[in-house]
Amino acid sequence: MAFKHYVMVCGGEGCESKHALAVHDALLKEVREQGVENEVQVLKTGGFGFCGDCPAVQVLPDQTLYVGVQPGDAAAIVTQHLKQGRPVARLVFDAAKNAKMFPADVPVGHQKQLRIVLRNCGVIDPEKIGDYLARDGYAALEKALFKMKPEDVIEELKKAGLRGRGGGGYPTWQKWLFTKKVASEQKYIICNADEGDPGAYMDRSTLEGDPHSILEAMTIAGYTVGASQGYIYIRAEYPLAISRLNLAIAQARELGLLGKGILGSGFDFDIELRLGAGAFVCGEETALITSIEGNRGMPSPRPPYPAVRGLWEKPTVINNVETWAAIPVILLKGGEWFGKIGTATSKGTKVFALTGKVNNCGLIEVPMGITLREIIYEIGGGMLKGKAFKAVQTGGPSGGVITQDYLDMPIDYEALAQLGSIMGSGGMIVMDEDDCMVDVSKFYLDFTVDESCGKCAPCRIGGRTLYNLVDKISKGKGSLNDIEQIRDIGLAMRKASLCGLGQTAPNPAISTLKYFEAEYLAHINDKKCPAGKCRDLLTFFILPEKCIGCTLCARRCPVNCIAGERRAVHTIDAAKCIKCGECYQVCKFGAVERT
Amino acid sequence: MQAETKTELSPGLLEFIRQWKDKPGNLIMVLHRVQQEYRYVPRDVAFQVAALLEVPLAKIYGVITFYHLFKLKQPGRHVIAVCMGTACYLKGGEDLIRELETLIGAGVNTVSPDGEFSVEVVRCLGCCGLAPVLTIDGEVFGNLTKAQLPDVLAKYQGKQLAAATA
Repeated sequence: MAFKHYVMVCGGEGCESKHALAVHDALLKEVREQGVENEVQVLKTGGFGFCGDCPAVQVLPDQTLYVGVQPGDAAAIVTQHLKQGRPVARLVFDAAKNAKMFPADVPVGHQKQLRIVLRNCGVIDPEKIGDYLARDGYAALEKALFKMKPEDVIEELKKAGLRGRGGGGYPTWQKWLFTKKVASEQKYIICNADEGDPGAYMDRSTLEGDPHSILEAMTIAGYTVGASQGYIYIRAEYPLAISRLNLAIAQARELGLLGKGILGSGFDFDIELRLGAGAFVCGEETALITSIEGNRGMPSPRPPYPAVRGLWEKPTVINNVETWAAIPVILLKGGEWFGKIGTATSKGTKVFALTGKVNNCGLIEVPMGITLREIIYEIGGGMLKGKAFKAVQTGGPSGGVITQDYLDMPIDYEALAQLGSIMGSGGMIVMDEDDCMVDVSKFYLDFTVDESCGKCAPCRIGGRTLYNLVDKISKGKGSLNDIEQIRDIGLAMRKASLCGLGQTAPNPAISTLKYFEAEYLAHINDKKCPAGKCRDLLTFFILPEKCIGCTLCARRCPVNCIAGERRAVHTIDAAKCIKCGECYQVCKFGAVERT
Repeated sequence: MQAETKTELSPGLLEFIRQWKDKPGNLIMVLHRVQQEYRYVPRDVAFQVAALLEVPLAKIYGVITFYHLFKLKQPGRHVIAVCMGTACYLKGGEDLIRELETLIGAGVNTVSPDGEFSVEVVRCLGCCGLAPVLTIDGEVFGNLTKAQLPDVLAKYQGKQLAAATA
């Protein structure tokens, strides 16, 4: 190695927003000023997948991880650590607390994670094609073009057992085979990067951290099915991913990895970006296709499936970012290798965005078949503030909740479906005792009502009606009959909606009702919200024995509804109270109570 | 049909439209470019785009009203986007919106009376580790509490918009 130390600065969206670039530049400047530029290389990489406490900086080869680094810390890192070999203790990541969060390429607790899709994220500089090439980049494409027939590629994917990671879980090889079999002069390849599921950002991180892997995989698909044009449909909300993809496409064209006669073969393929414009339903494949065509993104009935009649009526292979990113590795290491990871029906790894009330939030990649307990308590480091676990929500607005009882069940597509949730794109939101299930269900329904395209009645009308029912319950105005209605309408929407959005929209309500019916009943019968979240059902009062009359709550109350002399017990005027919870939060003596 | 006032389209925008004119499915890309310039789609610009691309105006309005990111009204000088992804919601995104309403007098999808700020809700910015999050003119503020909001807003109050943000 030419350098004694490598300093890697995380450049994912979270870190970027917290001035990772400034940290990078400060380190670079410091290295130069202290005259160690021949010994130390400062690099900018994609996201480390460690998003709670950024910006993060890693020093190799000793693999020290710093978090929450500020530009002002650069001098200390260079002087103390790089020159004198003493890591800056105050910035070092608390490995004991966060033992298993960190990815496999880095040693801090790698036992539970396995990085295939995220193999290059946080390791290479995503803006340099040379970095990708050095990590076997485009080797799979070369292998496919010169050593494999299109049938061989499909056979390899079949052996791997790779299934669509966007949520559907459809076998990738079958999609490709359908498209391959259709005779057509023009076929298309699409990458679905319209990651709209709130609480999931694995696609963004992959695109930002390893854009070339997507281009390579799409080119392989083009060769396999006989397509010459690919499109990446990406959310406009991801400007960093867009700029890195554009850069990657330009670099690949320059090296002859995209364009005419790729790598000297007779095969032509090119890729263009198309931007979304903030419509969740466009993640549905038929809606996405019509959006690329420049229309309102409304889904259409299937069949015909896009594999047969897709973009501009031509056969189209459409896969999700995570699916694409796994493909080059499968071709290089072989389908059998990939097929050995995971469970009987679900092979390989899955990337989850672990967020909510856990200690370590971030992106994790784990083998299928891992249990939720391992994810939450080992990788995630347990519950935030030691609160009690209540449920974990997977699959976003299309999914459901999973309770304590199922924490030890190995997770794969089938297991989650059986529990009334779905794998979805990989959002995993941990909820604790303070989260009200009626409120959560209302949150998701609000989302799907807002995002419904309005084309079919079950989704348009059913969704709104469900929302109104849950809203009524959350305000303490519900009746037992409402619960029956939620179940009936939910069933009708499942059966009769046109696309996945409508069919799965009732899932959050049905699933919370299945596991937490008692909580709904408390809202209906007792007019109480056990989690203390639903405002309309809360009352705040002051416990006379605990109040010392410090006047803090009275001063903070925005509507001046708290009365009391200094050093005398205060009282809240319930009629004027707007239930903002300010007094509850500010009281240092636990004297404000809510029920 | 003629619109009441005519905005002169910039050479850059005209060039972009020329480049995309013959590509199928160009409308959304062109509208993004228009918004990059004006921060919304002004009525008379929509008329001109319709003429240049040779698509019916109704189709343009159909697309604009379908997608959340396209706007028909001029936003405030600074755009505050509060994330309401699940993680941000659970960690108090709604409180931020309520507090903003008190502080600047603008609720969701409205502009403050002084035209300084407009508030919108976004569905997940993809930095859930920083929840709750909001952005002002694209700059991300994470792990926010209600109490920090006045200071954050003060940075922007009365400041000229540095560059047009998409």
